[in-house]
Amino acid sequence: MTVQIAARATGSPIINLSVFFAFVVITLFVVYKATNRNSTTSDYYAAGSAFSGVQNGIALSGDFLSAASFLGISGAIAVHGYDGFLYSVGWLVAWLVALLLVGERLRNTGRFTVGDVMAFRMKQRPVRAAAANATLVITFFYMLAQMAGAGGLIALLLNVHSKGGQALIITGVGLVMVFYVLVGGMKGTTWVQIIKAGLLLICVTFMSVFLLGKFGFSLSAILDQASQNSPLGAELLNPGGWYGRNAMDQLDFVSLSLALVLGISSLPHVLMRFYTVPDAKEARRSVVWCSWSMFIFYLSILLVGYGATALVGSDKIVKAPGGENSAAPLLAFEIGGAMLLGIVSAVAFATILAVVAGLTLAASASFAHDVYANVIRNGKADPRSEIRVARLTALVIGFLAILGGIVTNGQNVAFLVSLALALAASANLPTILYTLFWKRFNTTGTLWSIYGGLVSGLVLIIFSPAISGSSTSIIKGVDFHWFPLTNPGLVSIPLSFLCGFLGTVFSKEPADPKKQAEMEVRSLTGIGSKA
Amino acid sequence: MNKSVRPPASLPSERAIGTGFADRGDDIGEPDFEAIQQSPEFKLLRKRLIWFIFPMSAFFLCWYMTFVLFSAYSHDFMSRKLFGAVNTGTVFGLLQFVTTMAIVLTYRRFARKKLDPQVDTIHELAGVGKE
Repeated sequence: MTVQIAARATGSPIINLSVFFAFVVITLFVVYKATNRNSTTSDYYAAGSAFSGVQNGIALSGDFLSAASFLGISGAIAVHGYDGFLYSVGWLVAWLVALLLVGERLRNTGRFTVGDVMAFRMKQRPVRAAAANATLVITFFYMLAQMAGAGGLIALLLNVHSKGGQALIITGVGLVMVFYVLVGGMKGTTWVQIIKAGLLLICVTFMSVFLLGKFGFSLSAILDQASQNSPLGAELLNPGGWYGRNAMDQLDFVSLSLALVLGISSLPHVLMRFYTVPDAKEARRSVVWCSWSMFIFYLSILLVGYGATALVGSDKIVKAPGGENSAAPLLAFEIGGAMLLGIVSAVAFATILAVVAGLTLAASASFAHDVYANVIRNGKADPRSEIRVARLTALVIGFLAILGGIVTNGQNVAFLVSLALALAASANLPTILYTLFWKRFNTTGTLWSIYGGLVSGLVLIIFSPAISGSSTSIIKGVDFHWFPLTNPGLVSIPLSFLCGFLGTVFSKEPADPKKQAEMEVRSLTGIGSKA
Repeated sequence: MNKSVRPPASLPSERAIGTGFADRGDDIGEPDFEAIQQSPEFKLLRKRLIWFIFPMSAFFLCWYMTFVLFSAYSHDFMSRKLFGAVNTGTVFGLLQFVTTMAIVLTYRRFARKKLDPQVDTIHELAGVGKE
């Protein structure tokens, strides 16, 4: 029975593969054409700041329309209903943090990395090292999530069910991704994002318009049909399908929501995108464009998720290879047959590729620019060797990503992402807000808030039911958890704000008023940032 | 020209940033940031910005958390059917979509009308042309 479903759901692996290969070939060509050898650090890290706000906005949304949101959230809505929908609301609202608080100020102040902003008026070496640590840890978690999704997708698309075969394909995906980064740098990676985001938006819009048409343009009719096709019944549409079992679950849900809304605009690879535009006005335009595409995307995903339950049925989705994550591909097959399944799957695959490429770039920039050039060489590294280090780092990270993807193969993608978001919200956001808007904030405060957020987040994750002691934990058989929530955000985010405050108040060293003046003027007006 | 005023062996923090940003801007010379910071034009810009972004952020966070808390703790209210199969929770969620875009567009308008002209004024006063 299951075998039959699997075989039917897969469509034709040959179509899937050829659409995917077509995508890879086209993007590789674009990457090759778009790049001019990345000779300067600015070219490699920030695409020479030459992208327009519109282009960068679409690329920004591309960073977010990841496998986690496309496959993970549509699957969560299909299986858990309303609670999955809550997820998607957080992803959209979160852009307001980038728009109002962070984006423009970051563009004006920094140059290549988050460390640029955090260390602007602080002691360079310790702060840059801390910023790089945070970036690497956050990126690593986020990357694991993306690579874990790849395994399930392969199972679904290519009908490869042996772990060995999947590992082989994850390796192949990883290699292509490293190639994008090495050859294309930020410019190539951004173009891949733009192409992919465009394709993805077209796909989900098409699917949702089709669904609306099929159900007579009535949201109610889709919801109705969905609730009849789910074991949850009418409860599918009500809160609590996922997180409603007890008080701890509810608190966990609040924690998750907080991490979502504050974490997205604190992710290093997203923040780095703001450097690819020439000035703050373009940075603002890019967030506005990004918000529009997220608006369209998540409205469509709501329909796609419920539509998958309505047309395919929860049971079939859960039993399909790839589980929850396979809701959108299965719906595509139901709607448009093997061809649409091929396109949707290829886009989903491309998504993983593009997002992981962006992550690799962010991590390698952080290591080469913050750690190598500024901590090890004390700011005296020549750009050539800095880029060489960045490329080497990209290779190492690519290798780690492949390894991580093989190990975490099969975990729920959206959930892993939420951990990365909690870490980003705890380590980066308080520090960035303080340094931009609080005059007295100093080096000690910066270090306390970065490490306070990062360490508390990590410790709480390790001792949470996500790692041990529940039926869905990563490590099975042992139980060493004492923290009741799977998502640490509710505790670690306020804690990091508190640490930054206490560190600043308790240390004797005053903030440097000269650098503070420079930073404030720069961040608000952009004076000095174009030099 | 302000370059010479700065101590040559400045703090490491100043140095490292200095080389990072001034590599192509040496000939322009650094603007006097402290003077700009103290100018009434800049203070006005900062006041306008801060009085917009922080209340707005507080508003959307509260509004979003209201939605989250209701979803987590008030299942009955959120499950009430409004029309057809659509319940309060779904409408509440879609309202979040609407308010988010409303805030985005309001900010864009505010920035265009109130912030950008003020930034241009400061640019002129500081003697840095806008490229």
